[in-house]
Amino acid sequence: MHNSILIKNGHIIDPSQGIDSIGDILIEDRKIKEVRLQPNKRQGEVKVKGQIINADGLYVFPGIVDMHAHLREPGFEYKETIKTGTMAALKGGITSVCCMPNTNPVNDNRTVTEFILKKAYAEGSCYVYPIGAITKGQKGEELAEMGLMYEAGCIAFSDDGRPVVSTLLMRRALEYSKALNVPIISHCEDISLSDSGTMNEGSLSTKMGLKGITYAAEDIMVARDIILSELTGGKLHIAHVSTEGSVRLIREAKKRGINVTAETCPHYFTITEDAVANYNTNAKVNPPLRTQRDIEAIKEGLKDGTIDVIATDHAPHHGDEKLQEFDKAPSGISGFETAFSLSLKLVHDGVLSISQLIEKMSYTPARILGINAGTLKVGSQADLTIVDMNKEFKVEATKFLSKGKNTPFEGWILKGTSVMTICRGKVFDCQSFIGG
Amino acid sequence: MKDLVGIKELSKDKIKLILDTASSFKDVLKRDIKKVPALRGKTVVNLFFEPSTRTKTSFELAEKRLSMDVLNFSVPTSSVVKGESLFDTIKTIEAYGVDFIVIRHSSSGAPHFIARNVDASVINAGDGINEHPTQALLDAFSILERKGSLKGLNIAIVGDILHSRVAKSNIYLLSKFGANIRLIGPPTLVPEMTDYHIDVFYEMDEGLKDADVIMMLRIQMERQGKGFFPSTLEYFKNWGLDMRRLKLAKKDAIVMHPGPMNRGIEISSDVADSEQSIILEQVTNGLAVRMAVMYLLKKESENA
Repeated sequence: MHNSILIKNGHIIDPSQGIDSIGDILIEDRKIKEVRLQPNKRQGEVKVKGQIINADGLYVFPGIVDMHAHLREPGFEYKETIKTGTMAALKGGITSVCCMPNTNPVNDNRTVTEFILKKAYAEGSCYVYPIGAITKGQKGEELAEMGLMYEAGCIAFSDDGRPVVSTLLMRRALEYSKALNVPIISHCEDISLSDSGTMNEGSLSTKMGLKGITYAAEDIMVARDIILSELTGGKLHIAHVSTEGSVRLIREAKKRGINVTAETCPHYFTITEDAVANYNTNAKVNPPLRTQRDIEAIKEGLKDGTIDVIATDHAPHHGDEKLQEFDKAPSGISGFETAFSLSLKLVHDGVLSISQLIEKMSYTPARILGINAGTLKVGSQADLTIVDMNKEFKVEATKFLSKGKNTPFEGWILKGTSVMTICRGKVFDCQSFIGG
Repeated sequence: MKDLVGIKELSKDKIKLILDTASSFKDVLKRDIKKVPALRGKTVVNLFFEPSTRTKTSFELAEKRLSMDVLNFSVPTSSVVKGESLFDTIKTIEAYGVDFIVIRHSSSGAPHFIARNVDASVINAGDGINEHPTQALLDAFSILERKGSLKGLNIAIVGDILHSRVAKSNIYLLSKFGANIRLIGPPTLVPEMTDYHIDVFYEMDEGLKDADVIMMLRIQMERQGKGFFPSTLEYFKNWGLDMRRLKLAKKDAIVMHPGPMNRGIEISSDVADSEQSIILEQVTNGLAVRMAVMYLLKKESENA
């Protein structure tokens, strides 16, 4: 069966091939069949029998690879399912979702991995790549069966919201993962230091009477894991960087040639701790939102390449869970549907070029994880998103496709959004869900 | 103003109005019949999620003196132990048609959360380690009775400031009125407060010099295991208030304590029972201040 789609006259950006040009893309049987850039127009019009998408005035990017997300299935289907989560992802221009293992049961064995993949194949709208737990039950006591999970389809390992407290066990994980050549993704937090804090520690936490988490809780663990990565040579990926100190430590480590990569999330370069004033549980995240100084450092880190990746840390929660006392409410932002537009602000503000941004959201995460995605090379999977860079829209959580309506960006006007996402050979019209 | 959730949110004028009104209520409390019909027909619920003797008693008595119908909600026998959320608890209470909700809760911000979700007036009777606004109001009232003004007074707040909602509310109130605030305590118990003009002393003798007011705080024994200081013996030696240290302050300095006291740990008995101690006056003034707060909230919400 031939399933052809022709995207005409889009502004194609593909950092994997250094493309930044107007052109056409022909998709056949879910694969990129041809990329024809404008100087070669003389070759004549591409003839196609299938669907033609006019991308005049629009941009075409490889689909976003989100290497840090929570789909909540199995176990927490009331927060999100693979079905609703992947729909929300597509609306946000994301075509590959890497889901964290903190499900119930925890994804610490091949049976759970297989369940997720089967469910994703049957009900998912985009590709799903499970991340397995480092330790059994994320308890930090024994290594999980990484090899078997890798065989079943896990592409990285992480205990997600929990650091591996034992330094010895973290060493083992980094050593053992070398055999599989996959990264260990570390949630860097010295939990004895953060001591059940609920927001950034500082003058504001005192003023609000909330227990703070000092920046040092993150920095200390980043330093430890960098040292372990140097010792073992294991691939270390640092999740959701939120502090100036982490950026500095990672920059120095990279200079010294240590095998470390890092990600941050849109909220860590967009809003400060001030967002939790008035006890706004929708801005409660872990690590907590920090200060303007940290935001500047993170932007600098994104600019100079210290931070490789922008991930969403999509963490949907049920409305009832956020409708609680601040210290009792769970941490997390429903991020799929705002992450790309929030990140585009980095381009509008001149922090990154559009090509650099796409690299950090698509090509680099795919490369770190060894996923066949994040590129428009001929022969690769046709996962891409078509973006209107100037379209403004208002963030309205009630319109989210995600079950999670927990966002601190409610009512914000954002500029630039996916209008169409193509994944698995299917065209998803993002606009019909935005109401624009 | 619908609610009293904190001193931070309260303007100087509002505070003055509360203190002036409290003055009239204090006169009422001196009468033979101490009850006024100001809030007759109104209903208040006292929701205490944390144990409390004096604050709860003080509110309850203030409410009765204002002729209100009083409901006491005791958490250990409520649906909360069955897992009901705070949101549902307060919605249920609101459905009874109450006019005031007085709340004490271990989560900072719980009164703010409630205030956003109910029409009744919410009064914070202590939330987590955040604020205890009526305590700060009664403290200010008590200082004013003795000193006439807050401006320029040297006020030393001593002890576990980190966990003290009383200290926080006092800092916000006193700094609005131009008092010189000094915090004295071990570095582990003095938090970062860069937004306020405050002097910090880790050395008690130095901090007490020329103080007009010494506010002692309770050492929260339940937090002792967390290693904020090595022992109560060492604590008293370094930060306890005894007669020798009291002499470092001004001659007419007054000593305050929100209670309950740990005698011999943060304050010696001879100081607590001395002429300079106004600890029991604070208790009496608490009644007048709480009556004033509820009276004004009702008045303002009716005018709104």
